[in-house]
Amino acid sequence: MNKIILWFNQTGSPARFDVFATRWAKPSFILAFLLLAIGIYGALLSVPADYKQGESFRILYIHVPAAWMSLSIFVIMALQSAIALVWRIKVCELIAMASAPVGAMFTAVTLISGAVWGKPTWGTWWTWDPRLTSELVLLFLYLGVMGLYSAIDDRRAAARAAGFLAIIGMVNVPIVHFAVTWWNTLHQGETIRLIGPSKMDSSMLWPLLTLVVATKLWYIGSVLVRARVLNLQQETQKQWAIERYGDTP
Amino acid sequence: MSHAENSLIQAAALCFSRNEERIFGPLDFHVHAGEALLVRGDNGAGKTTLLRVLAGLLVPESGEVLLNGDAFSHEAFVVLAAYLGHKHGHKAELTVLQNLRFSAQLRGLAEDAGLEQLIAECGLAGYEDTAAGKLSAGQNKRLSLARLKAQGSRLWLMDEPYANLDLAGIAWVNALIQAHVADGGGALISSHGAYAAPEVPVRTLEIFRSAAYA
Amino acid sequence: MRKSRALLQRDLSLMWQKRSDAIQPMLFALMVCVMFPLALGSEPVRLAQSAGAVIWVAHLLASLLVLDNLYRSDLEDGSLEQLLLAPVPLPMVIASKVAVHWLTTALPVLLITPLLAQLLFLPEGLLPVLMLSLTLGSLLMSLIGAMVAALTLGIRRSGMILALMALPMYVPVLVFGAGSVYSASQGLPWLGAIWLMCAGLALLLVLAPWAAATALRIALN
Repeated sequence: MNKIILWFNQTGSPARFDVFATRWAKPSFILAFLLLAIGIYGALLSVPADYKQGESFRILYIHVPAAWMSLSIFVIMALQSAIALVWRIKVCELIAMASAPVGAMFTAVTLISGAVWGKPTWGTWWTWDPRLTSELVLLFLYLGVMGLYSAIDDRRAAARAAGFLAIIGMVNVPIVHFAVTWWNTLHQGETIRLIGPSKMDSSMLWPLLTLVVATKLWYIGSVLVRARVLNLQQETQKQWAIERYGDTP
Repeated sequence: MSHAENSLIQAAALCFSRNEERIFGPLDFHVHAGEALLVRGDNGAGKTTLLRVLAGLLVPESGEVLLNGDAFSHEAFVVLAAYLGHKHGHKAELTVLQNLRFSAQLRGLAEDAGLEQLIAECGLAGYEDTAAGKLSAGQNKRLSLARLKAQGSRLWLMDEPYANLDLAGIAWVNALIQAHVADGGGALISSHGAYAAPEVPVRTLEIFRSAAYA
Repeated sequence: MRKSRALLQRDLSLMWQKRSDAIQPMLFALMVCVMFPLALGSEPVRLAQSAGAVIWVAHLLASLLVLDNLYRSDLEDGSLEQLLLAPVPLPMVIASKVAVHWLTTALPVLLITPLLAQLLFLPEGLLPVLMLSLTLGSLLMSLIGAMVAALTLGIRRSGMILALMALPMYVPVLVFGAGSVYSASQGLPWLGAIWLMCAGLALLLVLAPWAAATALRIALN
């Protein structure tokens, strides 16, 4: 038990984190790419077409993992921010702020893939489906966090303020989803229900799971790289940084 | 520093950085009752930041601040000390009397009783019902100091109390500090100029960027 | 509770000095409501359909624009600093500010809402629902705004960024508020949305001052 606590404590120091990030970023990305390739091959080629939607349903294999990541990254961001606010751990601040652009990207991919899916299925690029609408609000929340982080000069204060916004935002996300779902039932009319992939034949399932794992690894790799950069930007004057990377800015 | 239990405020290995740049530290000093500590340094040396850290408005990077020998707590600070910052700390739209009354009410002090006299002592007699926005910079400083005095705190943290004052004003501030210290209070004063120090037991702390000694 | 009375008294005195400023959000909401017939055309039926929504958005935008005033003045003259160092709980300070802020920025707009409803041909029967949803909604928006405005306090010219951050937080309020008016217009039950807003208000009345106090300390750090 002591060893685990010690490891966490040490990784929490900026110098150790740099070592950790350098070591694990590339393997994460390589594994992510590998699984992405396998998953996409499976999604596009080996899995049979859906009996109702035909070939267009295949976009689901990108849409669903991206959607799951967009939500889980927000939760991670809020959690890391909470830890950073309570215990003032620098590395947690960095991980939280590094996660924001990655989460925003996944949200954008969700929205775009949703739109691409919508065109052949519903005949329109955009629809105010509750899930798409709440996803759009989620994107605005991500952009708000990123915007606030860049607007404050003091880097640590910026991370704490943006982190607090992320925490408030996380409380807001389920409320928004609930509100928009209610609103959607209110404004029924031309809304077409999304055909959910809840009952998926097991033969179609494996690419999905592969891509879910792939996106998680992609996230880990991205966050490690970004957080490492943020870390180095802030620590350029420190002894350990000069020792490892030399004196030139 | 062996009288930790007697000092009103004590800094132990106090460091502060912003954006990974060391502003000051490590600093070790204390202020006892009955003395004043003058913090000298050029503009930008970190005096204001130091006072804000001591007041608990900023969190230090490392080290700690002790109040009456105990670890810093906001509740303890609020009871023990009063802070005079760069800015006025009162509303321009309200009158002198209204501003002082508000400050007294927040502290649960008996109102109006001594306020008129305090205003006269601070050289603002006749301006009780004048909006603070219509006063001069020097008069506003007097109002801020009046507010400080009215709080009745043992420790005064004063950031550039001599700013905006003429010679008479500076002498008056020194008299104020002298009376306070003679009464058993303590004061920590920051100043960037070579103003006449108050005639009380004064020690000096000089701070420069990333180095300090008392 | 003498301290809370002192705080309220101070905030009210300050607002009273600038009471002519209360007209501004009123005029702004009025102008927004004037923009819509100019953009949509003056046909009464068409305007009546979107009247509730337009008035709601006008309230929302007016609320966004005045949000910066909440702490700005106290920040600039150092009063906020003194309040942070006073023996009074910061949430109490904020609650007092938000209450007075609502009285001087949201209440005026509420008062001219019947006029706005007339201009946009809102069906008579919908006015009570609109007023009720707006009263609750404006209180909610003030409380949410207090939290978000505290975070941007350290930033110069924070108006736009503040609006961008506050808008996603306002979404549920808008959905339920304007949604209740829409439900009523369709003859559907609308009280549920109102109850939800009441519940949200009860929650935020307790949480928002505390969260805003935390945000304030973070921003001033």
